[in-house]
Amino acid sequence: MTNKKVKVATVSLAGCFGCHMSFLDLDERLVDLVEHVEFDRSPLTDIEHCSPDCDIGLIEGGVCNSENVHVLREFRKNCKILVAVGACAINGGLPAMRNHISLEDCLNEAYVDGIGVENPQIPNDIELPLLLDKVHPIHEVVKIDYFLPGCPPSADVFWKFLTDLLAGREPSLNYELVHFD
Amino acid sequence: MNNKSIVIDGKTIPFEDGQTIMEAASAAGIYIAHLCHNPQFTPHGSCKLCTVKVNGRNCSACTFPASEGQNITNVTKELNDDREKITQMLFVEGNHFCPSCEKTGNCNLQAVAYHLGMTDNHFPHFFENREVDASHPDVMIDHNRCIFCTLCVRASQEVDGKNVFAISGRGLEKRLVVNSESGLLKDSDLDVNDCAAHICPTGAILIKRTGYKVPIGQRIYDHSHIDTVTLANEGASHDE
Repeated sequence: MTNKKVKVATVSLAGCFGCHMSFLDLDERLVDLVEHVEFDRSPLTDIEHCSPDCDIGLIEGGVCNSENVHVLREFRKNCKILVAVGACAINGGLPAMRNHISLEDCLNEAYVDGIGVENPQIPNDIELPLLLDKVHPIHEVVKIDYFLPGCPPSADVFWKFLTDLLAGREPSLNYELVHFD
Repeated sequence: MNNKSIVIDGKTIPFEDGQTIMEAASAAGIYIAHLCHNPQFTPHGSCKLCTVKVNGRNCSACTFPASEGQNITNVTKELNDDREKITQMLFVEGNHFCPSCEKTGNCNLQAVAYHLGMTDNHFPHFFENREVDASHPDVMIDHNRCIFCTLCVRASQEVDGKNVFAISGRGLEKRLVVNSESGLLKDSDLDVNDCAAHICPTGAILIKRTGYKVPIGQRIYDHSHIDTVTLANEGASHDE
């Protein structure tokens, strides 16, 4: 038995960070978890890019802009196991509810015609990632190995999934842990 | 008294002449997954979730008559994988965003997905633009969530004695339509107490001002599987 820790990377794409907050609801179990797990690229560590030998990548949120696509591909390239975490990663979720509205109309409503908008103009800076015309679930862009549904998945879901994986078991969630809301 | 029987997954169960496989199974406490079937109405056989193998052939249990000598398989990996794919197709064809739907926790589509162990939608999403009809004072239709099961169509015709709903168009053009000159629910005969207003298995037809009244943890499928709930509701109905 080696003491090498399992490398976990996490990211929130077109998400609300609610899944990350739910992950932190592991509370004192986080202390047990970091005995076995080392966090790589993640908003929890501020590491900007994945190490090439990540074991598990947890992806929150769908894909709404060009940067999301690049980040998602970086995770796929560097993580042995890629996990869609939460409703938005799985089906686009709330951000995807813009999908039946044209991008132009969305931008106009937010930055030009919206109530209370001052100095109306559509942001157009080279630093800003370009929006995709639709928000996509992540499985439409890269191969995903596991899905943790929920808005958000509860801390118990993360715990069961990660402890199963760490123990070398095929992860399985019982009825109470699977919900789409 | 008769002693006719069929075999489902190795278990011998009785049936009566005129019963479908679904009716015989339900009366015997065997759950066959379904969405478009409800024992109150004429079977429709459209959702195909209840597909079972009868002597090796795929048949819809809700429409196929039970008869002597049938050896039926229901719960197998192959059939449940098919059921999962069908359910995933229903999810990607409509816009089913459970976190923002009033029906969540009480939804048969969602509960069937749970029952089948579905955790993702597998297919690319259509993200079609579908309308919401909120014109009626007490009932609303969110077409994003309609799965074309026709339960409302049948409930309106067979129980309410009205003819409020129909399915129009074919394939991807298929839509639930309302029988009124304007096409709006407010101009139809629908009353909030109609069976058709309460029969939707998803969140497509909702009663206004009732959403989220039942807290999380007390909703129908929070702790109970759809097989248990369905057999409790529909098994008794088949027995009558």
